[in-house]
Amino acid sequence: MEYFLQQLINGITLGGVYALIALGYTMVYGIIQLINFAHGEFFAAGGYMGVIFITWLAAQGVHPYVCMGLGLVLAMIYCALLAMAVEKLAYKPLRRASRLSVLLSALGMSIFLQNGLMLTQGVYDRPYPSELTQGGFEFGMITISYMQIVIVALTALLLVGLNLLVFRTRIGKAMRATAQDKTMSALVGINASRIISLTFAIGAGLAAAAGIMVGFYYGSVNYTMGFVPGIKAFAAAVLGGIGNITGAMIGGVIIGMVEIFAAGYLSSEYKDVFAFIILIAVLYFRPTGIMGENVDDTRV
Amino acid sequence: MTTRGSKKIWITVGIGLLWFLALLWPLLGIHPEGLEFGRTFDVFLKVAVAAVSITLLYRLRERGALDMVESPLRRLATGAQAVVARTPKWVLYLVILAVAIIFPLVTKRYAHDIAISVLMYVCLGLGLNIVVGLAGLLDLGYIAFYGVGAYTYAILYSHFGLAFWICLPVAGVMAAIAGCIIGYPTLRMRGDYLAIVTLGFGEIVRLILNNWMELTNGPNGIISLKRPAILWPDFANGFSFETLYLKKLWMMYYLILIITILTIIAVYRLNHSRIGRAWEAIREDETAAELMGVNTFLLKLLAYASGAVFAGFAGAFFAARMKMVSPESFTFLESAMVLAMVVLGGMGSIPGVILGVVALVALPEAFRQFELYRMLVFGGVMTLMMLVRPKGLLPAKRVGKRSEEME
Repeated sequence: MEYFLQQLINGITLGGVYALIALGYTMVYGIIQLINFAHGEFFAAGGYMGVIFITWLAAQGVHPYVCMGLGLVLAMIYCALLAMAVEKLAYKPLRRASRLSVLLSALGMSIFLQNGLMLTQGVYDRPYPSELTQGGFEFGMITISYMQIVIVALTALLLVGLNLLVFRTRIGKAMRATAQDKTMSALVGINASRIISLTFAIGAGLAAAAGIMVGFYYGSVNYTMGFVPGIKAFAAAVLGGIGNITGAMIGGVIIGMVEIFAAGYLSSEYKDVFAFIILIAVLYFRPTGIMGENVDDTRV
Repeated sequence: MTTRGSKKIWITVGIGLLWFLALLWPLLGIHPEGLEFGRTFDVFLKVAVAAVSITLLYRLRERGALDMVESPLRRLATGAQAVVARTPKWVLYLVILAVAIIFPLVTKRYAHDIAISVLMYVCLGLGLNIVVGLAGLLDLGYIAFYGVGAYTYAILYSHFGLAFWICLPVAGVMAAIAGCIIGYPTLRMRGDYLAIVTLGFGEIVRLILNNWMELTNGPNGIISLKRPAILWPDFANGFSFETLYLKKLWMMYYLILIITILTIIAVYRLNHSRIGRAWEAIREDETAAELMGVNTFLLKLLAYASGAVFAGFAGAFFAARMKMVSPESFTFLESAMVLAMVVLGGMGSIPGVILGVVALVALPEAFRQFELYRMLVFGGVMTLMMLVRPKGLLPAKRVGKRSEEME
């Protein structure tokens, strides 16, 4: 029973991280129907930026918790800028091209960014300052580390913020309108290209936050770390119904749980396989996901 | 273009460069010891000079200042094309074949090595070309079939001691079976979803190869495989047949050359058959093809399986050539590479795919000193090609406008 509860807590933590990454996929897909392959790289870049900013700030003698907060914000801004640049360069000129061209362009960007990170940061793991995150609560056999609490709290905070942005503000309204019909929203005076740019920026910012949290949670970052979580987060987005923000959160938590429980009870070597199997099963039996409505199958 | 248009381009380039600086500096300049600017500006200046000169060239070309260089070149190209068009096709093929046969006799080991990997990727590229170029199914897990082929030979040899020549067709069959297993549940999906699911399957295959210790020996791979052997007539004591292992690299070159030629012929015949036409119909408009009575599901599965067969052959050859296999050779990046070759060269066109392979395998060898930047450039080129020439270098002749582009 303790083991089960412990796994449950670990699963929620990991699920929160996946949910944050999945939001970027789902928002971008909802608005321009593109699988942004480079999204996993924003996550990795966020992790690196976190360690770069935090170690620098710490060396300046800033208080550790201020370091973490400020590093998080700076990394999110950095990744937002990066995502906007990638969008302008690699996706915007292809708005009218075939789906295959855009997908390949995204793939090229992903490889480009990954190797850019490798060339500037080196091939080895970059350690996170672990002294900031030690400790935790103990309830009998179960431990909840401070970092897990921070991850869950921060994830919840960001998700609530995003929900407020999308459903309560004018920008959010414009985003939803653009996602529904680009031409019509342009006719009523919404600058679609700016909205798309903004969507990329928000998605990448959330991915960056996830990158930093993973960095703290596992203690290090690596330039290849974006690929597998990227695919799993995509699976989460599909599971929740792609284009659906609430769905992406639920999907992320489910994928995180499945991975942790599969690793704990079945086989830790094959834990990555289960996310892929879920992805395939969902696409096969319910391509619109848990929360999705039925769309006509030409879009799928 | 007017002066205003020109101004706009320069402003865009300027903003882009500033943006690049803002992205580059934190990566290179922030260290715990303090801030540093030297290295960032070093890199930034190089990129800035390159960007400005490319924009300048582009502007000059638009104004017609480069016509005196460009028009003779273009005339030369048209002239060459006319000569090629006038010569009968079989003469061209004979010349290419002769060059391919003479090649190892006049070159060294290093060149053989590159030629072998070029031919191997040609097999892979042509196989993927059936799936992506002809049937229009985006497959990001293609390298899994290559892996299945390679491991088929490795396992059959190391457990049962079977010879390469028996394993080669078996590898093809195993890859085709894997293709059907993967294809059956996935082929109802279209477009992006298919791409991501095939990617998932490719990763599953790699994870299995990596973790099934009893069968595949896990991450260590299977080593000390034998090269293929042939019976060679020996006249030393009268007349007898000797078993001769293809130890020399040039012998392996001829082997892969034969496999490649067979692949080219097979793909050509498939392309110009009824099945090939049906694939193209599916590529152009799946719904319309289905309405016209094409059994789309079966044909898509067939495309998948026959694409996999060639990957299986190439995989078995790869195992025999390297004398070992390990899961590291079958990563997603390899799939992306092969896909990039097909797309860069021109989907659906056999000369295009060959050109794409040569461009992506042979050219990086020429710039060996920039090895580190290889994948960076590769990613950049992939994006750039999609922006400037999405149909590839040598596009296929029979390609319609895709229905989804009409929106």
